[in-house]
Amino acid sequence: MERIKNIIRDFGVPRFIILAFLVALFIMAPFVGADLPTQITNLLNRFSWNAVLVLAMVPMIHSGCGLNFGLPFGIIAGLLGGTISIELGFTGVQSFIMAILFATPFAIIFGYLYGVLLNHIKGGEMMVATYVGFSAVSFMCMMWLLLPYHSPTMVWGYEGKGLRTTISLEGFYDKVLSSFLEIKIGNLAIPTGAILFFAVLSFIMWSFLRTKTGTAMTAVGSNPVFAKASGVNIDRIRTLSVIMSTWLAAIGILVYEQGFGFIQLYMAPFNMALPAVSAILIGGASVNKASIANVIIGTLLFQGIVTMTPTVMNSMIHMDMSEVIRIIVSNGMILYALTRKTNDGRRA
Amino acid sequence: MKNIKKSYYGTAVLHDINMELSEGEIIGLVGENGAGKSTLMNILFGDEVIASTGGYEGDIFINGEKAQINSSFDALNYGIGMVHQEFSLIPGFTATENILFNREPTKKSLVSSAFGDRLDTLDRKKMKEIADDAIDKVGIKIDDDMLVQSMPVGHKQFTEIAREISKEKLKVLILDEPTAVLTEKEAETMLKSIKNLASRGIAIIFISHRLNEIMDICNKVTVIRDGVVVKTSDIDKITVDEITKYMIGREVDTKHREPRNVEGKDVIMSIKNLYVDMPGENVRDFSIDVYDGEILGIGGLAGQGKLGIPNGIMGLYDAEGDVSYKNEKINISEPMSSLKKDIAFVSEDRRGVGLLLDESLEWNISFLTMQVKDKFLKKILGKLMSFRSNEEIKEVTDHYIEALNIKCTSSKQKARELSGGNQQKVCLAKAFAMQPKFLFVSEPTRGIDVGAKALVLDALKGYNEKYGTTIVMVSSEIEELRQICDRIAIVSDGKVAGIYKATEPVEKFGALMIGAKAA
Repeated sequence: MERIKNIIRDFGVPRFIILAFLVALFIMAPFVGADLPTQITNLLNRFSWNAVLVLAMVPMIHSGCGLNFGLPFGIIAGLLGGTISIELGFTGVQSFIMAILFATPFAIIFGYLYGVLLNHIKGGEMMVATYVGFSAVSFMCMMWLLLPYHSPTMVWGYEGKGLRTTISLEGFYDKVLSSFLEIKIGNLAIPTGAILFFAVLSFIMWSFLRTKTGTAMTAVGSNPVFAKASGVNIDRIRTLSVIMSTWLAAIGILVYEQGFGFIQLYMAPFNMALPAVSAILIGGASVNKASIANVIIGTLLFQGIVTMTPTVMNSMIHMDMSEVIRIIVSNGMILYALTRKTNDGRRA
Repeated sequence: MKNIKKSYYGTAVLHDINMELSEGEIIGLVGENGAGKSTLMNILFGDEVIASTGGYEGDIFINGEKAQINSSFDALNYGIGMVHQEFSLIPGFTATENILFNREPTKKSLVSSAFGDRLDTLDRKKMKEIADDAIDKVGIKIDDDMLVQSMPVGHKQFTEIAREISKEKLKVLILDEPTAVLTEKEAETMLKSIKNLASRGIAIIFISHRLNEIMDICNKVTVIRDGVVVKTSDIDKITVDEITKYMIGREVDTKHREPRNVEGKDVIMSIKNLYVDMPGENVRDFSIDVYDGEILGIGGLAGQGKLGIPNGIMGLYDAEGDVSYKNEKINISEPMSSLKKDIAFVSEDRRGVGLLLDESLEWNISFLTMQVKDKFLKKILGKLMSFRSNEEIKEVTDHYIEALNIKCTSSKQKARELSGGNQQKVCLAKAFAMQPKFLFVSEPTRGIDVGAKALVLDALKGYNEKYGTTIVMVSSEIEELRQICDRIAIVSDGKVAGIYKATEPVEKFGALMIGAKAA
């Protein structure tokens, strides 16, 4: 009994509950008429769309900047990259590569400014980041209308200017990663390309954390004064981590779009931060510790809940519960993590 | 009150401890860090740690009656008070408010007659009387209207004691290292007031690492080692050396070493007109020359600026002034500038600055060297990138665990889980791993026991002799400076008051500390 208790405690009670719930959903699925391979395909797809956004949390957690509630910043950089690539007439795989290239300078500039800001408000990063993200989204709501875009696929038809809220990616980078090396077995489809892309980014991240600078980043998060006394420039490392987070968020949204098939502008980035934050927390990360395994487990669990609940619940009770459950799980997880922060705080 | 007897067994921490305490008696409780002193006192004071880890076994008798102490409230009801090592005072409240917190005398008001006692107004006048009375008993002048946050550290300690003795029922007072943060002068007053309290019939349990204090004021001494009482004796039947022997189970060498003559050697570091803005430890116009290969001690009273010196030079606090090392200027606002010149620093703030508490010992010991000297890295992908070399890191960590006798379960254990003395050894190992040519050590023995202290001092001395590393050691304990240093500089009011050879009598240093000019 003691051993089982320990195993559950190491795994984390919330994770255990969510895993149990997810397993229950998978078991119930066939009974309510849902096709299991289709469900698994759904889950893998959503995993491949979202995993990079969740990965974007890692650098800032390591450097002690906390959870990146300012994710919309990076997402906007990604959106700029995507729209510019289409505007300039790139299509197919090329449009995706160009989108990444165009997004990168924006991500670096935004990340740098955001990093400098966070260095001025040490200790209050997460709250300030939330509002910074919100204001950036609102600001861009105006810019999407005002910026001189002309591509007919993107602007409002009746006026000829101002970007639409949703832009279809057909002919551009729709499914460029997902369809690459896709494996199909009956109803089961594995988006190999997208998963590989995530694996490569994860590996780079994993490697980085093992370098001298990566080690310094973890130490800055663990005890900034210790790092300073060891000759590490804290502000520089923190800014670097924010730039990395922002860049990954920009890439993350492009990966999301290629899977989803649409670019969503205006208020859409607003809703991207919370799912990513809760996913990494479900994965077992804390406010100042996170690993690649946390990213993978967390994204699978979180997206599992999001994809499985509608199919199973809806056919059982004929009511759309998915949104409600998603909100309860994501906000509940964030709340849980933030209360934990004070409990095992480093210098309480 | 008579006869507290307590036996506690069944766990690895304390085995079958028996203690007796009579009215008006001062009993000294000594033991190495981790021997079980704190656990024992936590049981007596009903600390929640005890209850939440399964309670204790054995019985406590107060006045011959069996007492069941499950919480601090029970303890207070039985008349047991405790002054912790860390202050538990509210910074924004005055001394009076702190002393009487939650026990304030109240008077009825219109509101409270309508809504109940919880809304009674405080009786400020009566509060002041009670507080003043308690402060009188402590025997030192504290301004009862002063906010705790603006008090010097010693007065905070006295306020804590005043709070305990203002409790009418108080019969037993536990003092956990009350003099650790005090200057020698303040400590003296403290000891006097403790004696005074005992003469009023309060039984006192006095925990201290300073054995001469124990010899001074206690009637009896109890030595604990590894959770067992190894010796209880009347104070006049035992000597300091014997106590030490009982504490650590072996002899400790406290002999002074012969100071070397260093004056003629090369100046390795020259500090000129140093100003450091470190709160509470400001340095004002400090100048000194440090000779190659010596161990220079820097002493002085708390708050006089001795701690600011290394912290300022290593770039941890804002500083101004000319510091040159081997005739090259150091940029003292940038820690890397000194570190790159093989100058290392062991901070007095172990937990805050010295350690990554949540990381493994491997990380703690290797990090500094990795960042400064690019060591413990291995090239991969054809020298494109370099990764941490876990093997090398483990090797160096294991080396220092053995060399400095760090007690831990493995090199992967988290620094937080070690005891104070072992944490200090990790801090030293961190600095040694960098193979410094010049080492600043700040309060290396603060809050660690005699055994660990001797090891730390030996390690420093040994390192100096073996590698010729110049060491500047800052400490408030003049005795330990005299043990290993060649020269000792006393800092007063942020500048050098005088420099003597370590063999000069203690009185000469003492005179410098309190402001006399060097002859």
